[in-house]
Amino acid sequence: MTISNNETPLIGGPQPVASNNEDSPLNGVKVGVVTFPGSLDDRDAVRAVRLAGGSAVHLWHGDHSLQDVDAVIIPGGFSYGDYLRAGAISRFAPLMEQITAAASGGADALPVLGICNGFQVLTEAHLLPGSMIKNNDLHFICRDQRLRVENADTFWTSEYAQGEELVIPLKNQDGQFVADNYTLDELEGEGRVVFRYVDGNPNGSRRDIAGISNAAGNVVGLMPHPEHAVEAGFGPDSSARGEVEVRGGTDGLGIFTSVLKKLVG
Amino acid sequence: MSRIVVDVMPKPEILDPQGKAIAGALPRIGLTGFAGVRQGKRFELTVDGDVTEEILEQARHAAATLLSNPVIEDVTRVEVLEEDAQ
Repeated sequence: MTISNNETPLIGGPQPVASNNEDSPLNGVKVGVVTFPGSLDDRDAVRAVRLAGGSAVHLWHGDHSLQDVDAVIIPGGFSYGDYLRAGAISRFAPLMEQITAAASGGADALPVLGICNGFQVLTEAHLLPGSMIKNNDLHFICRDQRLRVENADTFWTSEYAQGEELVIPLKNQDGQFVADNYTLDELEGEGRVVFRYVDGNPNGSRRDIAGISNAAGNVVGLMPHPEHAVEAGFGPDSSARGEVEVRGGTDGLGIFTSVLKKLVG
Repeated sequence: MSRIVVDVMPKPEILDPQGKAIAGALPRIGLTGFAGVRQGKRFELTVDGDVTEEILEQARHAAATLLSNPVIEDVTRVEVLEEDAQ
């Protein structure tokens, strides 16, 4: 089902972004957002796609069809209650087989973004290396987090400048990225560290890594939540671009405009 | 009925934040004889009837693919529970 732009009114009234313009070529890009039992941020991801100007498509984990979407977002939450390991059971959902096959397809591979629990699902599915364990201090961490874009060439970061910083919410308990040194060196060497924590490592992640990509750059996973920083009035209280009004941070929007513009070409 | 036990432990080189927290709590109840704690998982797979070599092989496959993540965990045991064998 494609979400019409009028289905749910966007809270907060008219947006400063050129979104939801029927004439915009971005509107023709269909981004699927997968819902698992226990997904929490799927609707936020749908809103982020719409605010960026694209068309969002709800995808259900138990389905076998990707409904011809041009890109997929695996959202945050606690799929299957984080039972066994975060993302471990979701990995075997019927739709994940389709996503894994489509995302591994070489030059025309499907762009896939995993946010938080979605990142955990992507590591469990072996679309991305490494894994996440509990935060160093065992706390559930919820805060606005500063990141640096280390690779602005991926499908999901092309609207940012190399080295640009952004502030978006971080909220998780199993957020400590771990991998062996060989894998970490490989990620660094191939420019596949996409985001790095700035101003302190919140959870013990190896080499301050907040997000990575696969070798082709179409699959990206990150722990912080860009979809919670896309709309003034509902974002973080701060931005890496300078002073903003209370909840005025929209630094995450570029993630979504990146994939739309990349796909339009 | 038989049971197959699968033990999964965090890899030695991976920090175990939960084990560390438990180790920190032990002295609070007066137990000071332990240098460290690591926390793992135990699974019990129940089988109708006897465990054949084929079923045991399935258990090993489950242990390696679903029950553990080889990036962060080791499967340390897959065996039939002896107390069930009469």
